[in-house]
Amino acid sequence: MSECIAGRAKAPNALTITDKEFFYGHKACAGCGGSVAVRLIMKVLGERTFTVVPAGCISAVGFMYPQLCFTNNALISTFAGTASMMSGIAAGAKALGLKDFQVLGIAGDGGTADIGLQALSGAIDRRDKVIFVCYDNEAYMNTGIQKSGLTPLGAKTTTTPAGRNIRGSRTRKKNMFEIVAANGIDYAATASVGYIPDFLNKINKAKFVDGTSYIHVFAPCPTGWGTPTYCTIDLGKDVVDCGLWYLAEYENGEFVLNKNPKEFTSVKDYLSRQGRFRHLKDEDIEQIIRDRDRKWEIIRKSWKTKKN
Amino acid sequence: MISAYPITPQTTVVERLSEMVEDGSLKSEFMHVESEHSALSACMGASSIGARTFTATSSQGLLYMAECLHYASGGRFPIVMMNANRSLALPWSIYGDQRDSLSLLDCGWIQVYAEDAQESLDMVIQSYAIAENLKVLTPVMLNLDGFALTHTYEVLEVPSSEDVDAFLPPFQTPYKMDLNSPKNMAFSSGPGDNMQFKYQQHKAMLDAIDVIRDVDESFFRLFGRRYGGLVEEYRCDDAEMVLVTLGSITGTCRVVVDELSQEGWKVGLLKIRFMRPFPEKEIMELSRRVMAVGVIDKDISFGYEGTVFTNVNSAIAKARTGILTMNFIAGLGGRDISRQDIRQMFLHLQEGLLGLEKNSMQFINLRVAIDE
Amino acid sequence: MNRPSITKYKTPVHISEYPVGPCYQAGHLVTENAGWRTEKPILDKEKCTGCFYCYLCCPEGVIFKLDGKIEIDYSFCKGCGICARVCKSEAIVMIREAKDGADGC
Repeated sequence: MSECIAGRAKAPNALTITDKEFFYGHKACAGCGGSVAVRLIMKVLGERTFTVVPAGCISAVGFMYPQLCFTNNALISTFAGTASMMSGIAAGAKALGLKDFQVLGIAGDGGTADIGLQALSGAIDRRDKVIFVCYDNEAYMNTGIQKSGLTPLGAKTTTTPAGRNIRGSRTRKKNMFEIVAANGIDYAATASVGYIPDFLNKINKAKFVDGTSYIHVFAPCPTGWGTPTYCTIDLGKDVVDCGLWYLAEYENGEFVLNKNPKEFTSVKDYLSRQGRFRHLKDEDIEQIIRDRDRKWEIIRKSWKTKKN
Repeated sequence: MISAYPITPQTTVVERLSEMVEDGSLKSEFMHVESEHSALSACMGASSIGARTFTATSSQGLLYMAECLHYASGGRFPIVMMNANRSLALPWSIYGDQRDSLSLLDCGWIQVYAEDAQESLDMVIQSYAIAENLKVLTPVMLNLDGFALTHTYEVLEVPSSEDVDAFLPPFQTPYKMDLNSPKNMAFSSGPGDNMQFKYQQHKAMLDAIDVIRDVDESFFRLFGRRYGGLVEEYRCDDAEMVLVTLGSITGTCRVVVDELSQEGWKVGLLKIRFMRPFPEKEIMELSRRVMAVGVIDKDISFGYEGTVFTNVNSAIAKARTGILTMNFIAGLGGRDISRQDIRQMFLHLQEGLLGLEKNSMQFINLRVAIDE
Repeated sequence: MNRPSITKYKTPVHISEYPVGPCYQAGHLVTENAGWRTEKPILDKEKCTGCFYCYLCCPEGVIFKLDGKIEIDYSFCKGCGICARVCKSEAIVMIREAKDGADGC
């Protein structure tokens, strides 16, 4: 597994991180959580990074010729082929003898958990040295807020409308973190833009993994969620504090929980701040809480706990 | 960098390449992927940083790649891919026809069709020289008839590595992701710019015509074999009726043309080597010399006619010669095309010239009666 | 500034002025984002402690460090208000921008 993680350099913080911006002048909506994630990933990985971005918000807002917003090498991949294109770059770089570089993929929740899943499993199987980041805003936002495999129970999207008969999404959000772990990945982590130091540390870890890394970062979307643009970071914190998302890692074949809240904050408060959940009835919220508690019971029973 | 996913009858190619990478006789990365879509995506990734790439597929696999085919040509990635021509489901069939590649004629790739094993091998080498030419920068699909060319043995000359290296130096391009000069690639463009990029692709394909001839000439100088550019004519000089072929069926046609010539018929054949760029000039010129042109299509655009015929007919129409043209749909799903079938095609052409045969398109050797 | 600046873009008049295929220099910017804003963040330098949390949280990367405090590149700020919201010392306030201004509002 990933013993080389031990020899890594210290993760950067607000004071030590590079002043360079690598994702600049893009046309994302104001308050975009995905953009926060992309910016920070690039600042940790640096300019010798080949960035691969499939169809989705980030490619739509950052690659419209002649406005090209990545200052490093970057390209748009086929929607289903993010991970295979990344592997191709890594293999091509090896064939050409390139040294000291990173291969990064940044896909949304649909590009990761739905159409991109097959290629991702292939990359993990080959243990290619690439970093795959899923910025999860819980729906296909770029195309107009349609339900994805990572849309949570009850969320209203344009394809899971909240009506009299069905109240939003009926599926419960695929567990991508444990799916990639089950593929035998070298390093996987969950993160949130609400917990930035933890996120920076995890990107930095991935940088030194001799194999495939996967980071799943929770990235609120004001446009798709019906929330004020200034709330993005707050929501990224709230979702962890109320237990609907968790900060964890998978390395050396073990699951490690990085933050184990003594008491959860209110799920109802988290949900009611968002337009996409406003239609939920008390019984729906109770179901979401039951799901949360069942998950945390397993996590607390079988995962180690270690602050990141 | 080689990346491939197995599919019958392409497998012989990727199996041998794997062995060559294993024993070190071919210096390449070999990436095992979980689909054809990923195979071509991986090739694009490697090509985007300037690596030389190869993949191979067939039939359903080629169709599964369809998105990536357009992507690779639009991205101007000079990938070379072998396609083992095979029928398309449904009904399932692993046997040969050319519906797979011909249904993707518009995907922006240069399409070559090889007649035999020697041409297949030589065209792999030539294809890189064509694709990587900076005026072209367009991927090449090298089509081999499934089984007929992928699972048969022929004696052939294998050029030495040194000679091939001399003919084909390492790929150099300024249009790649470069750590010293970062690029954004495979980007979007709005309605104000998109059409210009599409024009570039069209122009590159047209520019490829001269490059194909030049590459064939320099290949001849080094290896002593040449194929003649977009088409090869066989006994067309004094021919009145010519049959147009694509791929391995050309071999059988040569035999029939020889036989008929001995019997006093004035017949010839035109082997189309490249479907894109299309040999428009050559076909227009031919139509000025002959009385009738028949086209064998191992494909069909249902409800209309064969795709090769549509293309040939369009060129002839531009020549305004008004000669007789006929389309013979044959060999679908691996149905054998015999010498007798080819004789039958020439007979149809002759009857057409005499005004006895009115159907411009027919199925050859369908084996059952149909309602007219 | 460690970030790309605007390049003046000349609309091509001949096909040769286009890049060969979709491949062009990285970080090539031709338009600003200031026009998106209805509010703009104003910093009270006295209150700024230089923790740079806002710098990390900005989706645009328009906050940069200068002499232990922050500065804002208004030409690309979209006015989302995250910086004001996350500032623990309340050193940033969002103010409504004049509709008639020549500053792109």
